Amino acid sequence: MAVTDVPKVITSRFELDDSYTLARYQATGGYQALRKALDTMSPDAVTDEVKAASLLGRGGAGFPAGVKWGFCPPGVWPRYLVVNGDESEPGTYKDRLLMELDPHQLIEGVLLASYAVGCGQAFLYVRGEMALAQERIATALNEAYDAGYIGKNILGSNFSVDVVLAWGAGAYIVGEETALIESLEGNRGMPRLKPPFFPAAKGLYLQPTIVNNVETLSNLPWIIANGADAFTAMGAETSKGTRMFAVSGHVKTPGVFEVEYGVTTFRDLIYAPEYGGGILGDRQLKAFIPGGASAPWFFEEHLDLPLEKGTVDRAGSMLGSGAIIVMDETTDAVKACLRVVRFFARESCGKCTPCREGTNWLEKILQRILDGYGRSTDLDLLMDVSDNISPGIAWPPKQTTICPLGPSAVSPIASAMLRFRDEFEALIDNAVQSRVAVTVSTKPEANG
Amino acid sequence: MSRLTADNIVRAQDIIAWFPVPKSALIPLLHLSQEQNGYVTDEAMAHIAELIGITSAEVLGTCSFYEMFKREPVGRYVVNVCTNISCQLMGGEELLHHAEKTLGIRSGGTTPDGLFTVEDVECIAACTEAPCLQVNYRYRHRITHDEFDQLVDDLRNGRLDADIPPHGTLARVRQSTPPTRRAGAVSPTDDREPNWVATNAGSTSASAPEGGS
Repeated sequence: MAVTDVPKVITSRFELDDSYTLARYQATGGYQALRKALDTMSPDAVTDEVKAASLLGRGGAGFPAGVKWGFCPPGVWPRYLVVNGDESEPGTYKDRLLMELDPHQLIEGVLLASYAVGCGQAFLYVRGEMALAQERIATALNEAYDAGYIGKNILGSNFSVDVVLAWGAGAYIVGEETALIESLEGNRGMPRLKPPFFPAAKGLYLQPTIVNNVETLSNLPWIIANGADAFTAMGAETSKGTRMFAVSGHVKTPGVFEVEYGVTTFRDLIYAPEYGGGILGDRQLKAFIPGGASAPWFFEEHLDLPLEKGTVDRAGSMLGSGAIIVMDETTDAVKACLRVVRFFARESCGKCTPCREGTNWLEKILQRILDGYGRSTDLDLLMDVSDNISPGIAWPPKQTTICPLGPSAVSPIASAMLRFRDEFEALIDNAVQSRVAVTVSTKPEANG
Repeated sequence: MSRLTADNIVRAQDIIAWFPVPKSALIPLLHLSQEQNGYVTDEAMAHIAELIGITSAEVLGTCSFYEMFKREPVGRYVVNVCTNISCQLMGGEELLHHAEKTLGIRSGGTTPDGLFTVEDVECIAACTEAPCLQVNYRYRHRITHDEFDQLVDDLRNGRLDADIPPHGTLARVRQSTPPTRRAGAVSPTDDREPNWVATNAGSTSASAPEGGS
């Protein structure tokens, strides 16, 4: 489709040296959307505007933000807003930039969402490992309180809310919204069973809670300032506006790019000089992961698909958290597969048996194949264990677990085995042959 | 001095006041104790339990779940080398091996002088800047082996003291708005509808604001 020239919705200040300061934010239209909402819009009107913008959640699941807000049971108070800044899906790099480079934009988004939903308090949960983001957000919150944008009677209105900064302490699973709520309650970050209750009905302290991703909320000031129509004028089908994608791995110019959602293609992002700039050393593409480590891999034939949620879903993967990881022809498929599986094995919270045990066995089996100790039954065994975690090994995955972490470990195996089964088989054949050779050469002489 | 100091008790009480339920302050308080001592001591956990009214076992239960909380001493500098997929593709594992060789320790170990701990870590969200690492959670992007050696030398000689505080200190800025200017924590049992929900319900000048500016 090509590279389109649309306004930057969420990264417009990234190039400025002082992008993270209140002065710069105010000088570039900052907090005008909040003023507009408080002066001229009811909470419901703000929600309607976000619904009309069909803003899809940018955390991974891609659920429409405005619709999610509407799931709070009417008349049940208090409600809470929780900001998911626990970015840690492998390949994903955007929320950290939004928090470090434009914290006020995020804060204004938090305030707009709190106003619309009627949240009495908001919690901004930043990943523990992101010290600079924590500092920038703490500074920005202090500035915004001093300027009257947060706290009691914001901008002289009757809207009052506290925004509280909280840090994580190192656990991928806390990016899952119910695990994040557990963590915010001071517990081990283990997901809650849902249904029956989703956080919008029973979340933090079992009260109605909206959990939104950093990038999702960062879109709100622009949408309220410019209107839903301007937002939906960009994008395609179900994917409106713009979106940030991180292109990493074997490309010449890796980077994080805000592009028109639903229009730009994978080929554009990987090969266009404005973006990835092509494969390192002009080598051939072997595979790419379109939406973070949890997503099934894509190949050459998927390059011309647009980055559009519905299209990518139908093609058998997902855009997930906007992370495109490129592997060139020199990549060892078994090694790459093992690394992704090992991640899920290490990050399994241990609550559900199929994930806790299954991901670890998948890692061990892959490790022995890679180390040259594979067995002829190992490929079937990998499939069998995978099937126990995610019955049918299908897409979208079924799960025997509370959250999708376990099934996510199955994606890379299913992908790599589908396309590069010969690499697994070659390693196993070598291993089996060498064991036969050892057995034969050490047989005692027959003439005793 | 493993329990929280007098100054840190004041900080702890301010942190607790931000939250509707004291236990929500547990992770921030564990960080505070780690900032004070470099790791989380048993005495600090017992003290935190007292401050928020839960048991030491509950504190340990939460503490032991999270990767960043160290329950025994670690190096002044914890060097986290990412080996996840994007970094692996760009030499993250080789960088980890170089780090292990240079410092003479395996991943998870600490140098005898107590200066360095090396860990191989999962994705730290700098995937386009691979291979990357963190020293006490401060990023270093696209690190070559020579740059790693220089980094170690700089750290040893205190040349990065201004940028990189000792292990345990995360953000050096805290939320500092005094309680009088806050809206106040909202208890889960406070079931009053927020003021603005009803009073602003009719405040829309146009019921469906149109786009464009």
